[in-house]
Amino acid sequence: MSYVASLFATPVHVTIAVIYGLLIVASFIIWALRRTHPGQATIELSKRVVSWWWMITVFTIAILTDRVISSVFLGFVSFLALKEYLSLIPTRRVDRSILLWAYLAIPVQYYFAHIGRFGLFMTFIPVWMFLFLPARITLGGHTEGFLRAVGLLSWGLVITVFSLSHTALLLSYGTVHGHGAGALLFLVALTQFNDVAQFTFGKLFGAHQITPSVSPKKTWEGFIGGLVTTACIATAIGPYLTPMPAAWSCAAGAIIAAAGFLGDITMSSFKRDMGVKDASQLIPGHGGILDRVDSLIYSAPVFFHFLNFFFWSPLAR
Amino acid sequence: MNDFLRAAFFLLIVRPLLMIFIGANVRGRDKLPRNGPAIIVANHNSHLDTLTIMAMYPLHDLPKLRPVAAMDYFMRTKFKAWFATRIMGIIPLVRSGRDHGESPLAACEKALDRGDILILFPEGSRGEPERLSEFKRGIAHLVRTRPQTPVYPLFMSGLGKVLPKDAVLLVPFNCDIAIGDRLAWTSDIDSFMDALKTRMAELASQIHISPWE
Repeated sequence: MSYVASLFATPVHVTIAVIYGLLIVASFIIWALRRTHPGQATIELSKRVVSWWWMITVFTIAILTDRVISSVFLGFVSFLALKEYLSLIPTRRVDRSILLWAYLAIPVQYYFAHIGRFGLFMTFIPVWMFLFLPARITLGGHTEGFLRAVGLLSWGLVITVFSLSHTALLLSYGTVHGHGAGALLFLVALTQFNDVAQFTFGKLFGAHQITPSVSPKKTWEGFIGGLVTTACIATAIGPYLTPMPAAWSCAAGAIIAAAGFLGDITMSSFKRDMGVKDASQLIPGHGGILDRVDSLIYSAPVFFHFLNFFFWSPLAR
Repeated sequence: MNDFLRAAFFLLIVRPLLMIFIGANVRGRDKLPRNGPAIIVANHNSHLDTLTIMAMYPLHDLPKLRPVAAMDYFMRTKFKAWFATRIMGIIPLVRSGRDHGESPLAACEKALDRGDILILFPEGSRGEPERLSEFKRGIAHLVRTRPQTPVYPLFMSGLGKVLPKDAVLLVPFNCDIAIGDRLAWTSDIDSFMDALKTRMAELASQIHISPWE
């Protein structure tokens, strides 16, 4: 019995148990749907749920075992995202070795996140890599397509490495301030939940498109439905998982939902420009890793800085 | 022993490497022939091409797979020759054409008669990475002798960026693979080559290709 009790030892454990509960309910619903509505749509949905089981399990193991494993895992997500990004964009053959430098930025950035060095973390990519890479390309001597190569690589590093690495910094700071993985779980669970809620509300009530040319399926009804639901859940779980009281948690939930939406459509815009529907076929039913973390690319830095500015940084005290 | 080494090489080195550093998006995986005799015809960009195709197969099917590769390249050193023939199971092909009277394709024909699955790269060499060069007609000559053999076209993109000719360092990229339906022998060499080229172009149009600039 003590082992079962230990599973519910902290708010993080309870939240994860609840997530698994929801997943079981969702699996039953999809299983029932497949019996009543057989067809391609329900097969896609069940693939998606099976992938959720995998992703949630890997994420749970990664954040509950050891912080080194957590940082390595989050860095690996960045690696897969950068690889997908670099595979989609046009690159110059002369920049092959430059791309290796970009990959090497990942362990460095996640190391700075792991040890919680805010200054190094914040400057490494937007200052040091941004100065180093164009200079290194210049030393190669190929000026044709220079600006394009620099621009494409820099934006890729920001979205796939810099933005996403805020998850690891959130875990670092959360541990130092005594909340463990709570704040990270709050961010990731709400961002992903908001995706599902926006999708569901959009399917049920969607009528007014927000960006018809980028993402025709995104509607105001879906967006607002997702935002309100996410804010409500944030209000309920925020006080347990984070240092924020209920009202602040509600605001954080709304911010995560809005930022997540922007991340989602921004990455849609990128994929549309590249002429692909999904960034790869890594995750059955979901597409690539970029399709799964698109919302997190925006919500991670926005939520981290919100929490850090109002609750963790010296200014707040 | 060789079968064991080959299985270990694929299980412990090739598969993890491909999974972590490369990652393949495969279209039409179910079309991959599981039983020989059969011929897989693929475009050629990198040394990784053969490994990637072979890695799509279960380990116990590996001994059936026979990549056809240039003799002059792979037989250059003792280690290369051992690795190519014993681990990869290649059928060495003399690139310069006829050699002491025997058809250069004799070994391929024998392998097909044994029920092996041949992997052929009709471009002949990896050439300029990520660019399709002219197909050599040897494949048609081979199919003409065994017209019942099923031929499956396979198009790959991306591996020439991971490891192009003459490169030492691997740079991670995703790669795309599209496998087509069985291509039947047409009746003569020219029309078969045309049909093959058309099929390859169709497969290429199914996948997102971002070439080198």
